[in-house]
Amino acid sequence: MTESSGSTDPRMDRALLALHVNGERYEVAAPAHHTLLEVLREELGLTGTKHGCELGECGTCAVLVDGEPVLSCLLMPQDCEGLEIVTVEGMADGPELDPLQRAFADNGAAQCGYCTPGFLLTARALIDKNPRPTREEIKEALSGNLCRCTGYLKIYEAIELAAAEGRGEDAEFQRETLYGYE
Amino acid sequence: MATSENGAPRELKVIGHPLRKVDARAKVTGQTRFADDLTLPRMLHAKLLRSTEAHARIVRIDTSAAEAMPGVRAILTGDVLPEPFGILPVSQDEHTLCIDKVRFVGDPVVAVAAIDEDTAEEAVRRIVVEYEPLKHVASIDDGLAPCSDADRIHDYGTHDNVHKYVNLEFGDVEQSFEEADLVQEDSFYFEGNTHLPMEQHAALAAFDPDGKLTLWSSTQTPHYVHRALAKVLAPLPASHIRVIACPNGGGFGGKSDPFNHEIAVAKLSMITGRPVKICLTREEVFYCHRGRHPVLMWVKTGFKKDGSMTGMHFRSYLDGGAYGSYGVASTFYTGALQTVTYPVPRYKFQGARVFTNKPPCGPKRGHGTPQPRFALEVHLDKVAHRLGLDPAQMRLDHLVPPNSLTANYLRVGSMGLGACIEKVVEGSAWKERYGKLPEGHGLGLACGSYLSGAGLPIYWNRMPHSGVQLKLDRSGGVACFCGSTDIGQGSDSVLAYVVAEVLGIDPFAIRVVTADTDLTPVDLGSYSSRVTLMTGNAALQAAERARELLAQAVAKKLEVPAVRLTFAEGRVFDVEDAERGMTFAEAVQAAEAKFGTIGTVGSYAPPASAGKFKGAGVGPSPAYSYTAIVAETFVDPETGIVEVPRIWCAHDAGKCINPALVIGQIEGGVYMGLGEALMEEMTYRGNRNVVHHHPSMLEYKSPTTHEMCDVISYVIEDPDPNGPFGAKEVGQGPLLPVMPAVANAVFDAVGVRVDEVPVTPEKVLRALQAKARGRDPRTGPTRLPEVAWRPPMRVPPPWEGGTGEALPREGVEVTK
Amino acid sequence: MLRLPTFRYLRPESVEQAVAWRTDGGPEAAFVAGGTDLYPNMKRRQQTPPIVIGLGRIPELRGISGDSDTGARVGATTTLTRVCEDPFLVEHYPEVSRAARTISTPLLRNMGTIGGNVLLDTRCNYYDQTYEWRRSIDFCMKKEGTICWVAPSSPRCWAVQSSDLVPLLCAIGGSVRLVSPRGERELAFRDLYRDDGIDYLNKQPDELLTDLRLPARDGWRATYWKLRRREAFDFPVLGVAACLRLDGDVVREAHLYLGGVGSWPIEATGACDVLVGRRLDEETIQAAAAQAYRPAKPLDNTDFHMTWRKHMVRRYVEGALRELSGDGAAPRD
Repeated sequence: MTESSGSTDPRMDRALLALHVNGERYEVAAPAHHTLLEVLREELGLTGTKHGCELGECGTCAVLVDGEPVLSCLLMPQDCEGLEIVTVEGMADGPELDPLQRAFADNGAAQCGYCTPGFLLTARALIDKNPRPTREEIKEALSGNLCRCTGYLKIYEAIELAAAEGRGEDAEFQRETLYGYE
Repeated sequence: MATSENGAPRELKVIGHPLRKVDARAKVTGQTRFADDLTLPRMLHAKLLRSTEAHARIVRIDTSAAEAMPGVRAILTGDVLPEPFGILPVSQDEHTLCIDKVRFVGDPVVAVAAIDEDTAEEAVRRIVVEYEPLKHVASIDDGLAPCSDADRIHDYGTHDNVHKYVNLEFGDVEQSFEEADLVQEDSFYFEGNTHLPMEQHAALAAFDPDGKLTLWSSTQTPHYVHRALAKVLAPLPASHIRVIACPNGGGFGGKSDPFNHEIAVAKLSMITGRPVKICLTREEVFYCHRGRHPVLMWVKTGFKKDGSMTGMHFRSYLDGGAYGSYGVASTFYTGALQTVTYPVPRYKFQGARVFTNKPPCGPKRGHGTPQPRFALEVHLDKVAHRLGLDPAQMRLDHLVPPNSLTANYLRVGSMGLGACIEKVVEGSAWKERYGKLPEGHGLGLACGSYLSGAGLPIYWNRMPHSGVQLKLDRSGGVACFCGSTDIGQGSDSVLAYVVAEVLGIDPFAIRVVTADTDLTPVDLGSYSSRVTLMTGNAALQAAERARELLAQAVAKKLEVPAVRLTFAEGRVFDVEDAERGMTFAEAVQAAEAKFGTIGTVGSYAPPASAGKFKGAGVGPSPAYSYTAIVAETFVDPETGIVEVPRIWCAHDAGKCINPALVIGQIEGGVYMGLGEALMEEMTYRGNRNVVHHHPSMLEYKSPTTHEMCDVISYVIEDPDPNGPFGAKEVGQGPLLPVMPAVANAVFDAVGVRVDEVPVTPEKVLRALQAKARGRDPRTGPTRLPEVAWRPPMRVPPPWEGGTGEALPREGVEVTK
Repeated sequence: MLRLPTFRYLRPESVEQAVAWRTDGGPEAAFVAGGTDLYPNMKRRQQTPPIVIGLGRIPELRGISGDSDTGARVGATTTLTRVCEDPFLVEHYPEVSRAARTISTPLLRNMGTIGGNVLLDTRCNYYDQTYEWRRSIDFCMKKEGTICWVAPSSPRCWAVQSSDLVPLLCAIGGSVRLVSPRGERELAFRDLYRDDGIDYLNKQPDELLTDLRLPARDGWRATYWKLRRREAFDFPVLGVAACLRLDGDVVREAHLYLGGVGSWPIEATGACDVLVGRRLDEETIQAAAAQAYRPAKPLDNTDFHMTWRKHMVRRYVEGALRELSGDGAAPRD
């Protein structure tokens, strides 16, 4: 007989949670051992937050909690009560996309799109703190988010464009970004 | 295609422009629904119990404790589904769940469906499986060794644990060595690595009361999954099975096989009458694998003083893992594309794939060709040094001519490699810097080529490889249906761009419906870089047929000859009098009134292969892409640590359907190649039950933002007549030269050879230490296994009177 | 999806309450701060505490105070990001901020705490695996098994000390405050660790680490060099921390600690002996480095080949000492 390594009671304890997500208040009773990632996706239906390892090793599940990007797979929702949670679904202002979302869409910074929500939110927090990030600062800020499709370069370019737009500058992608070098 | 109906050049409005992808906004707002994002009412959750033994007979499975758990709804064992499956018709060697034995740590044995994933996971832990261990096979050497029948991993294959031998000879290579001024022999090793898509595989099955099954899955090949389901779930008719491929959160070849978990949830749904979902953990994704084969290689080539080749003999030894997967094709691919870059007048290839007790290898970006490309490009670099030639110039001087046939009967069409080399040589200041940089700083060049789709389908048939249906309705709406799967490369967008270009409408107005075996015509799948060329051609044909119908109707209505009509900016009008025309919607209405409901189809099948010998099916393609890369390295001679700050990459894509997406593929390919070049390894502990060394995102080293280099991308447009608007592939080719370019740049920096991938600091330092002691300044394989090769199939090359047919076989040879 | 096992999650509001609840929770209850070490371990079933006591609601555990003349206090649940960015620490304890910046990723540092980092579980790639993987090798000594697979004939566990802050804090000195039902005590960093992969701490399970105390800034200089495959995510496979007190260019006091190459921070005493009383020139540096790498015991249970890691000890000790001599560059952050 195999030893059970952790018991699961199907009538498992539930935690009553009051969460503020994307400006709305949700009250849910979720299994008490479920992380914020599970609660967002499975209780609130906010499946825009993705997951790639559930161990804090990829950055895919990043969300903003009080403006800081954190890993929802390692965060207990009980610790988020009273804090403002933002997921990718909360970035756009109605039909108006966040400049980052627009820039990511327009130059192919989202290929498969799976890591994209985590990158967008991490980048949002960066620009909010540092409206004029250098390429090195962008690399450092995004170093906890893995992407297997893009090689990150189009993501940097999108962030630089959105940051410039956020500063009220006229910005457009460089020719090389869209067509390659001559 | 850049001409209007009357033959005058027409400005392309969509093709060649860096438009956003049609699904980009859904992806940046979190609205794209990946497989694990789906839920259905009453849905159950499944988990798989996987083998904890590398190779063992299953003695007993006790599921009673799991069955007794509240919340468990069904438990499935292998005996219920005895029909085997596998991607290739010649390798039907997988079962949904292992029946009598397990073949690697991670092989699925039992599936459980329960009311939630927590319960399913706990139930799986309560299942007891008793195993009787068998001798395991952990390496290429083990796999080539004789073994008893009882210890064989499979009871099919060539012999013992050898899955497949390939032995082809195109002309007498021994004689070609005699004619050479220089004969160079080298051996290389390429460690296995894996795709690591960010999305873990997931599948949701729903069996409805009418006896129909729907499977949503993160698969690159819904058509092949459909076939596997039909085979295993028989007598459920294939027509009752619907497979919908969700957008893939990264594929890279890792989601191209039908998988156990897909069939398991289908059966669990049939048993319970409820939808059943599974999402694999990251560790399980490593066990699905189907990634890059570890390959040991040996190459011997004869050269003239000017760097031209007289002949090449190439051997590869592949560690296949526990199942066939695409392995037979992979084996052929390790010998197929050596001939399409530089002329090889005579060529011999011998390949052997062995079964080992590891997760199965298969196709990863470049499928079987990056390993030999690494060997060939480093081999050439060494030869250039021996001959005192510039490695770039030596390649430029000896390029396969366009519109030619190779020794192994591959038909090369457009060929832009020369332009690619010139671009990266210029961009990197190669002539000023190569061989002249200070110690520790180097440049390396390498080239490559890849298919734009395989010439043959996975299973033999004469039907199209890709089909597109268009539905035009009186509102002016256009819906495009195609079986292709968007794995992030933008294939949905390519369909929209092509149709929009032909019909003169906005691509974002088109509804693209893809990857649904009930609704969309078959496309074979997103593999072998086939989609842009094949679905593009099918879409082009369907769109041209629709334009033709509309043109006829509009011509009649406007009383203008159809050849004078043009389709642009949402209108159909007379090129000689732009005022005379109508909106696109009115044109559809006119056509619908004249012809009835408007729908058209397009199909594509590649041209027949030139080779007629057995094995000639692997390698031919409608068009080959070409790439040249220069990598820059800094190598610390004290530590062996290699940094790659910059890579110049020029890629001959034929014609960009969308240049921004082409650049994206180049950058992504370089990224993945850089990971392979420097750090990614799929390795096992052979002495510890062959467990995976590190099945996690933390220990499988995928480059972060800090490791990624700058990429200077150049696109060479050398349109190929077989491609839609001249387009060739870009998804895989740019990866290939990265690994050899880095290895060659390490040599330029510190004068040592690392004839192995990945090029790790340990290996560089070992070579540096050997150099300091006056020994061979090299790290790499030093011996090759003994193989009783079968007699080669001899096919005279075209220039020796060959017709593509093989000569009768003879003799057996044994080599070391 | 990998999920946590079931557990009761308690969130006390004071140190007193935390300690009391920990006692009530029994021997298997666990404290958690950032969760970036414990929760992955729980998901892999390396630890399955039935009760987890979250420290996030205890304000007295957070924050930075003191000054560089008398020494600073850093609350245990202060996030690593705060340690990286806090203006006081950046100005007065820049090597601590810099070492913290090498930990994992920005996202993880927003959650992980300094207290959690110094108590980080020892790591081993036979141990940091899921329950099913570990079952495939019949488990290991550190959890559920009997053998240390890294050294099967060894009677002990060789899991690796993997915190970046630990070697540095040992080198510069300083201490931690531990609170339990028996009262509180102060323990020097250097006395907090044990050379065993399983019992790696001289802290009782029911003791709560509340504060870290950094020593007064009275003339020492220090640095930390980290070796890893990637500049983010990865744990150190070697960490070299050096702290020197110089008189002109003569070394008066030296503390050199190696992380990632043993189950505890290894003090390179031989190297320190070489350094003290000598001018910090290239000759001394090389002599010290030649001694420093001897006690390092890298084994085949982390990333990279162990022989190369051992080789790298010399290189990194040289680099760290050169930096402190003013003759070499700091490592890249």
